[in-house]
Amino acid sequence: MSTTIPAASLQPLTRQDFVSDQMVRWCPGCGDFAILAAVQRVMPELGIARENIVFISGIGCSSRFPYYMNTFGVHSIHGRAPTLATGLALANPELTLFVVTGDGDGLSIGGNHLLHILRRNVNVNILLFNNRIYGLTKGQYSPTSLPGHKTKSSPMGTVEQSLNPISVALAAEATFVARTVDVQSQHLTEVIRAAVAHRGASFVEIYQNCNIFNDHAWEYVTEKDQRDDRQLLLEHGKPMLFSGGKKGIRLRGMTPEVVSMEDATIDEILVHDAHAPSPHLAFMLSRMNFPEHPVPMGVFRSVEKPDYAHAVVDQVVTAQSQKGKGDLAKLLRGAETWTVTPHRGAADGKGHG
Amino acid sequence: MAETLTAAPPQVGSFEDLESVVIRFAGDSGDGMQLTGTQFTDTAAIIGNDISTMPDFPAEIRAPAGTLAGVSGYQVHFSSQDIYTPGDAADVLVAMNPAALKACLRDLKPDGFVIVNEDEFTAGNLKKAGYVDNPLDDGSLGSHKLFRIPLTKLNRAALTGIEGLNSKAIDRSKNMFALGLTFWIYDRPLSATLDWVSRQFKAKPEVIEANHRALHAGYHFGETTEAFQVRYHVAPASLPSGTYRKITGNEATAMGLVAAARLADKPLVYSSYPITPASDILHSLAALKHFDVRTAQLEDEIAAMGSTIGAAFGGAFAATGTSGPGIALKSEAMNLAIVLELPMVIVNVQRGGPSTGLPTKTEQSDLLQVLFGRNGESPIPVVAPATPGDCFDITVEAFRMAVRAMTPVVVLSDGYLANGSEPWIVPDPSKMEPIQVSHPVSFGPPAEGAPDFMPYQRDAAGGRPWAIPGTQGLEHRIGGLSKEPGTGNVSYAPEHHEQMVAERAAKVARLAEIIPPAEAHGPESGELLVISWGGTYGSVRRAVEDAQAQGKSVAHVHLRHLNPFPANLKAIMDGFQKILVPELNGGQLSFVLQGRFGRPVISAPKVQGQPYKISELAEHIRAALA
Ligand code: SF4
Repeated sequence: MSTTIPAASLQPLTRQDFVSDQMVRWCPGCGDFAILAAVQRVMPELGIARENIVFISGIGCSSRFPYYMNTFGVHSIHGRAPTLATGLALANPELTLFVVTGDGDGLSIGGNHLLHILRRNVNVNILLFNNRIYGLTKGQYSPTSLPGHKTKSSPMGTVEQSLNPISVALAAEATFVARTVDVQSQHLTEVIRAAVAHRGASFVEIYQNCNIFNDHAWEYVTEKDQRDDRQLLLEHGKPMLFSGGKKGIRLRGMTPEVVSMEDATIDEILVHDAHAPSPHLAFMLSRMNFPEHPVPMGVFRSVEKPDYAHAVVDQVVTAQSQKGKGDLAKLLRGAETWTVTPHRGAADGKGHG
Repeated sequence: MAETLTAAPPQVGSFEDLESVVIRFAGDSGDGMQLTGTQFTDTAAIIGNDISTMPDFPAEIRAPAGTLAGVSGYQVHFSSQDIYTPGDAADVLVAMNPAALKACLRDLKPDGFVIVNEDEFTAGNLKKAGYVDNPLDDGSLGSHKLFRIPLTKLNRAALTGIEGLNSKAIDRSKNMFALGLTFWIYDRPLSATLDWVSRQFKAKPEVIEANHRALHAGYHFGETTEAFQVRYHVAPASLPSGTYRKITGNEATAMGLVAAARLADKPLVYSSYPITPASDILHSLAALKHFDVRTAQLEDEIAAMGSTIGAAFGGAFAATGTSGPGIALKSEAMNLAIVLELPMVIVNVQRGGPSTGLPTKTEQSDLLQVLFGRNGESPIPVVAPATPGDCFDITVEAFRMAVRAMTPVVVLSDGYLANGSEPWIVPDPSKMEPIQVSHPVSFGPPAEGAPDFMPYQRDAAGGRPWAIPGTQGLEHRIGGLSKEPGTGNVSYAPEHHEQMVAERAAKVARLAEIIPPAEAHGPESGELLVISWGGTYGSVRRAVEDAQAQGKSVAHVHLRHLNPFPANLKAIMDGFQKILVPELNGGQLSFVLQGRFGRPVISAPKVQGQPYKISELAEHIRAALA
């Protein structure tokens, strides 16, 4: 099989080229629409031929996504999208792969696969739509639902601790970790662009509103009037300022604290380093949350490591340069053979292959 | 019962000719019995005997030394005749400790030889094996001919003065002493094993020296002791002419996967999760990267199945392998593969179940699981190799079927085939039929008004186009939801659902068009037809031939295809009054045959984690004819 990719069509693609003929079936007002629109808008800008793009999903509201993208796509089974992406990358490491998942699909039933696709650094862009609820099955609590959340399956409130997707991704050795919001389309497209540009596994948590079963879940941080004060927009190499530059993040001991810039100099403010080899700064940021801190948005971590499928294929190339392209006849003979000839009806020799 | 330590004048041996011999090497897990058996087998094969082997080892990596649980055995049957099985019972038992004697004695013929390392028959070891009295002294070995050999002491004496060798390493090579002795008894050359040792321990000259000396010492001991009055010759078998090698089922499966990919000019992506006894396939393939084999050890069985689907979607030859509970874990994703309609091969090396069951023992009890163990209407082709060497052919065939019908195909191997070995005529790959794969090609951006690509449009065989990412103009989405025929668009329309179910069933059923017809071995009609499948081939074939030689009206059909069945199976069955189905499960093929063909069969189940003995089958045949 050839892994060469035909040259992209010379005509520039438009957003419309990425819209499939399928009717979009999310609930009116769902945050997924905004994400779909942003992704379709950013696609033509990536300069990647449409036929080299594959969207893979599992099960859940978010997982309908591939049907709406006019690219290659697989709507697979619950939680397993990362495993298909891994095999597809092995077959053809040059493709641009997206895994679209949710908090239930990616962190509950598919939690194991998510950990391992990140650890292996498969060249894939993982978009995790976090709405803190099971939508498709009509409103049960999810692994990111807050403790005490009352749902159909937790009428007295959940008694479970929730997962922090960014912390999980960092613990899984993810090389690219970011967070963005469905309704902030500008930010969303920038983050997706950065994720695609990153070679290796890119993990993007997208705060997504499920207006049917968990409306307003992110309002405290995404509400237009309060955004500036409650979000910390991360930029590599820049001091961590927010609230229009009026506030910043300073370290006290090992703990980040919010300071007013009236009480601090710019030198005291933490500078974001997304490329730091160790994930400890990124992890600290992942633990910051409202109301103690603003919620960090943007790229927490972005470091270069070899991607999985290329590393596997590199070993094939190395093995072929050392041993030559496999000789099937020699393989079948194995180390030791003997010959039975008709006239003797017996063994008359042996050889070492 | 003589045993002598002092050197005696070399015997100008008297030789006796034997047709076949079965030797069982048995000892502690750490005694190197698998290696001893393998080396004996290799030499027998090179000499030209027909061979059949059966390793039998504990599931524990290091079971407590000296206990019954820790006994590791290797049975080799070598013959001047065409043989089918590793033998019902052993002629010779080489027991390296009391536990090995105790565990294996029941598999020894009444007049069989017992060669023991008497140094290991200490009070402590006897107790660990559960002996109250020393069986070497209390007469409990009855009619067996006993040879007591102070093997540890003799070996130590032979290995004194090798620089850099501690006493542990010295004792470790006592298996070579035992091997040397058996080589002497059966008049075999030492050269193949000497060469193997030299290759294996290239960097450790002291280990080479130790093993060489131990092997020679065992051989010369045979010569100098007066214990063995007679030596034996087993002449070469008159096997069909050709170039042979020895092969195990797992080796053959791995090579079959590589060969299939090569025949289609495809990379092989093998995704797997470690599990006994399938892991050796992963190990073999991981060493074959220069064949463009891309192996992936995934996080679990489910991921291995998912990765296989992804690789198939990408256009590679994709395969996975598993055993036991692994196939249960894979079933959800196998169903996705079935409805996506992508070609791939799933190797299931069956072992004893249910649940964790008997990890190192054989069984045929996953047949119903792979045929029916998924939600919904979920037809999947199933094939089963008959012998270790057949694992190669059936794996290549499985890929042919997968590509033709665009479907996953299950290969049901088993632990007996996987670890057992036989002589195998090395096939010439240049004479193997290529596997034709065609991917729809790009015609550039679709023209205005041109019909959309139809990913589920059926071809003549009922398959569908295998359009792969990277092909311009063929962008399409597939998924696990019910589909509209042709377009593959999501559809819950009742008639669409039913039509797609029927189309998938039809293309699998139509594989019968390319499956070779079943062959009745024996008369075309008569009293009894024995139907077997998978790894029981050898013992069933021999039992049927024995019955035929006794003038009984019995024939044998061995099935390599379980879904679909060969098209002529029903016609063959109709020629017989009774049908006997022996299998290593509770009667699963019997169940399927009765359901499919609506006629009763006599089920002969065996569920002990052990292969069928010829004698057991002979009894079933006798009873069925009574
Ligand atoms: S249930 Fe919630 S997440 Fe699902 S489509 Fe409706 S609004 Fe969106």
